[in-house]
Amino acid sequence: MENKNTQSRRSFLKSSALTGGGLMLSFTWLSSFKSADKMATLNLPEQWAELNGYIKITPDNVIKIVCPNPEFGQNVMTSLPMIVAEELDADWKNVVVEMGVHDNVKLGPQFTGGSNSVKMYWKPLRNAGASARQMLIEAAAQTWGVPATEITTKGGVLSHSSGKTAKYGEMASKAATITVPKDVKLKAVKDFSIVSKSQKNSEGLKVVTGKPLFGMDYRVEGMLIAMIQHPPAFGMKLKSFDASQALKMPGIKDIHSFKLYDDDYAQAGFDTRTFNEMIAIVGNSTWEVMNARKKLKVQWEAAGDVKETVNGRGGKKEITVPARLETTSKQLELMEEYAKKPAQQLRKDGDPEAAFKNAATIIERTYNAPFLAHNCMEPMNFFAHVQADKALVAGPVQAPGWIEPTLMKVLNLPADKIEIQMTRMGGGFGRRAYGQFAYEAARISQKMKAPIKLIYTREDDMTYGIYRPMYTATYRAALDVNKNLIGFHIKGGGIPENPVHANRFPAGAVDNYLAEGWEIPSNVTIGAFRAPRSNFNAAAEQSFLDEVAEAMGKDPIKLRLDLLKRAKENPVGKNNEYDAARYVGVLELLKEKSGWGKPENAGKKRGVAAYFCHNSYAGHVVDLVMRDGQPYVESVTSAIDCGVVVNPDAAINMVQGAVVDGIGNSFYGALTHKDGVAEQNNFHNYRMIRHNEAPKKIDVHFVQNEIDPTGLGEPPFPPVFGAVANALFKATGKRFYNQPFKMETEKKV
Amino acid sequence: MAKYNLKINGKIRKVDIDPSTPMLWVLRDHLDMPGTKYGCGMAQCGACTVHLDGTAVRSCSLPVSAIGKGAITTIEGLSENGTHPVQKAWIEHDVAQCGYCQSGQIMSAVALLKENPKPTDADIDNAMSGNICRCGTYLRIKEAIKTASKN
Ligand code: FES
Ligand code: FES
Repeated sequence: MENKNTQSRRSFLKSSALTGGGLMLSFTWLSSFKSADKMATLNLPEQWAELNGYIKITPDNVIKIVCPNPEFGQNVMTSLPMIVAEELDADWKNVVVEMGVHDNVKLGPQFTGGSNSVKMYWKPLRNAGASARQMLIEAAAQTWGVPATEITTKGGVLSHSSGKTAKYGEMASKAATITVPKDVKLKAVKDFSIVSKSQKNSEGLKVVTGKPLFGMDYRVEGMLIAMIQHPPAFGMKLKSFDASQALKMPGIKDIHSFKLYDDDYAQAGFDTRTFNEMIAIVGNSTWEVMNARKKLKVQWEAAGDVKETVNGRGGKKEITVPARLETTSKQLELMEEYAKKPAQQLRKDGDPEAAFKNAATIIERTYNAPFLAHNCMEPMNFFAHVQADKALVAGPVQAPGWIEPTLMKVLNLPADKIEIQMTRMGGGFGRRAYGQFAYEAARISQKMKAPIKLIYTREDDMTYGIYRPMYTATYRAALDVNKNLIGFHIKGGGIPENPVHANRFPAGAVDNYLAEGWEIPSNVTIGAFRAPRSNFNAAAEQSFLDEVAEAMGKDPIKLRLDLLKRAKENPVGKNNEYDAARYVGVLELLKEKSGWGKPENAGKKRGVAAYFCHNSYAGHVVDLVMRDGQPYVESVTSAIDCGVVVNPDAAINMVQGAVVDGIGNSFYGALTHKDGVAEQNNFHNYRMIRHNEAPKKIDVHFVQNEIDPTGLGEPPFPPVFGAVANALFKATGKRFYNQPFKMETEKKV
Repeated sequence: MAKYNLKINGKIRKVDIDPSTPMLWVLRDHLDMPGTKYGCGMAQCGACTVHLDGTAVRSCSLPVSAIGKGAITTIEGLSENGTHPVQKAWIEHDVAQCGYCQSGQIMSAVALLKENPKPTDADIDNAMSGNICRCGTYLRIKEAIKTASKN
C-alpha cells in the first residue's frame, strides 16, 4: 500500500475540484497510481481523459471508475462502480476500479454507514455515468459531423447509422473538452444490463492473493510502530508511569503520555472519548513494542466524575460522565430500578391508560441485552505522518469527512494540509465511524516527528469501549375479551441510551399506544453497531409479538399481516416511519418461500421475525434443531425488500453474513464488566460464531420492484435475533428474554 | 538477536531477530509479506494461518526459533495470480466480504484438502472451526472448499 506519490495525486485532485461540480475538462496525466490486477492485463497507458470525478478513460479504452465510499465488506467497490458503468454504457470487462481519496467536494459525502452507500449515491452516480456518456456522444457527433441524436451506445462503443463506430477511448479526450450536460436521461430499470446482474467483487483477486489492502498492511519507508496503553478500566485514568525498564527494551524509540483532545475541546458527535490520557509506546517493530509495553509500570487512579463539552447534533452541551466503576450485575439492578421510574414520553396515541385498565388480559414481558464488542476482524489501527505544515493519515475509517474537522483541531492544520487516504477495512460494523484511533495516531506521529502506524492488539480493541449499548425494554399488550389487541406499551432504556424507535411498527397499527424511554449515563463508551437500537428492538418486539400472537390464538405471521393491514388502510397517529405495504410484501414472500404453515413443515421448530430499519424491510424464518442437546440453527429463509438490488450475488452474501452475525450475537455475544474492567478481552473468552455453528443453508429472496435502492447492510441483521428467540421457544418450550441466549440455554434447557 | 535462514515460499530469507518473535510478525514486519493477518495473537482466530511443512499452523503463536529447517508457505506462496484451485474456487463463489480473514481461511482450506481431498461437511467444520469470519462468510467458504475438492 506504499504510495510515494500521494502529494502529486492530491494536488491533481485539488486542482480538478476547482472547476466546480467536480469536473475536470481536460487531459490529465497520471503517473502515480498503482496498477490494479485487472489493469495489468489491460496494458495500462498513462494517459487518462477525466470526464468527471468518477470516470477516467484511456485512449486504449480502459475505463477507470472511482469508488467514493470506503469499503468494509459491503462490496461498494463493486456496486457503486456498477451504477456508473450502467449509465455510461460501459463494457464491465474494461472497467477498473479505484478507491477515491477523501475529497468531499469532488466525491460527495464518502460515508460508509447507516446502510446508506448505494442509497445516497444511486442518483449522483447514475447522473455521472449518463452525463459522461452524453459527452462521448457529443464528441462523436462533432467528429463525424452527424447529429448527436443519431448516435447510440452499447458496451463502450459509439455507433452511427452510417456504419461509423468508435470505442469510448477514441473519443474520450475530445469528450473531456465538452460542456457537461445539465439534464441527462437515465435508463429505465428494465433496460439495465450491468446493474441487477451479479458481478464479481472487484477486489476479489487481491483478497485471495493476500495483497496489501488493509490499514494494517499500510507501510512506508522509515515507519515506526506505535501502541497505546489505555487505562485498564472504564472510570480510571493515568496517575503516573515509569518507563525506564520498557525504554531499555530493544527497538524502542520512545514512550510518552499524550492527551487525545485538548482540555477545552468540544467533542463533535463522533468524537467519542473513552480515555483522554494514554501512554504511547513507539518502536521499530510490532513484537518489540508489544514486549516493551509489558515492562511499563503504570499507576492508575479513579477518574471521578468527568465534565465534558459535547457539540453534537443537539448543539453544545456540558455533560458529566459518572465515576461509577461498572459491574454487570449492578448494571442490571440499576436498569431494573430505572425501569420503574417515570420516563420520557416518546409517542402516545389514543388512551393507552384506559386500554390497559379495561383490558381482559395484559401480557407484560421484559427483555435484556448486554454490551457488544464489534470485534472487527482487523483490529483498530491507523497510519499518520504529521509534519510541521502538513499531515497524511491513512487507514480504515468509515467516514473520513467526520474525522477531518477533528484532525484539524488536534493538529492545528487547515483542511487542505491534511490528506486522508482510505484503506480497505477488515470490517466496520459501526466501530470505524469513530475516528479516535486516527487522532491518536496523529498525536503520536506529531510527537515523534516520524511516520507511525498505530496498532491496537485484539485486547486493546475489545477493552476500549465504543460498544453496542446495554439495553432493556418492557413490552405490554392489552387484549379485550375477544382477544383483540387494544393497547400497546413499550418502555425501554439503556446504558447509556434508550433503544426505543417510537414511530415504528406496531405504532400506527394499534389505537392506544405509548412509547417511553429513559437513560443511565455511564463511563462505558458506546457507538453505532450494525443497525443501532434496531438490533435490540427487533429482538424484543419480535419475540413479544410471538407471545401476543400465541395469547390471541393467532398465527404469528397472520397477526403481523392483520396489524399491517390496519396500518395501511387506516393508520393510527402521525409519523409512522414504515411503509405497511412493503412490510406486507416481505412477509408474504417469506411465507411463500419458507412454506410457512405447510403440512410438510409442521414438525419443524420454526421462528419468524420481520423488521423495518434503514429504509428496508427484512424477515427471516429460522429452523432450529437440538444437536447434542444444544440449539443449532440449521437453515434460514430470508425475504428482503431493499428496492432495486444492484449486485444480487453480493447482496445475498451480505444477507447471509448478517444472518450468521445475528445468530452468533444472539447466542453468544456479550461484553460484561467487573469494577470497570471489561471481562472479555480476546476470542478465548468472547465467543464468536464459528464454521460448525453456522447454518447449513440460508436462502435469500428479494422482493422484485423498481424502487430506488435502500439499505441492505443493516436491515437483515436485527430480525435474526427475534426469529432465533421464537424458534428457541418452539424447540425448548421456553421463552428467552435475556441475550445472549446461549448462556440462558445452558442455564435452563 | 539471532540469525535465521528461513525457507519461505521456496526461497531462503535471512532475518536477524529476537528468537521469540512470532512468525506472523517476521512475515509482516520484517519480510514485508502482509498477506498473513493478525487477528488475536493467541491462536484463537486463524487469521494468521500459514503452512509449516504443509500443515496449517497459527503463525502468531509460532516463534521464529521453532521453525528450524521447516518450509513455510504463506498466502503469497500459493500462486502469484490466484491460480491455485482453492483461490479460484474462492473467486468463483465470490466468498469475501471484508476479506480480512480470507488468507487464513484459504490456508486452512488448502491444508485440509491436501490431507483429505474429499472432505465431508463435518470434516470441513472440524478443520475450519479455528478460523473466525466476523462477516459470516462460512457458507460460501464451505461451498468453495467443495468446489476446490472437485479440482
Ligand atoms: S492471529 Fe493467530 S490465530 Fe488469531
Ligand atoms: S470476510 Fe470479513 S472477516 Fe471474513
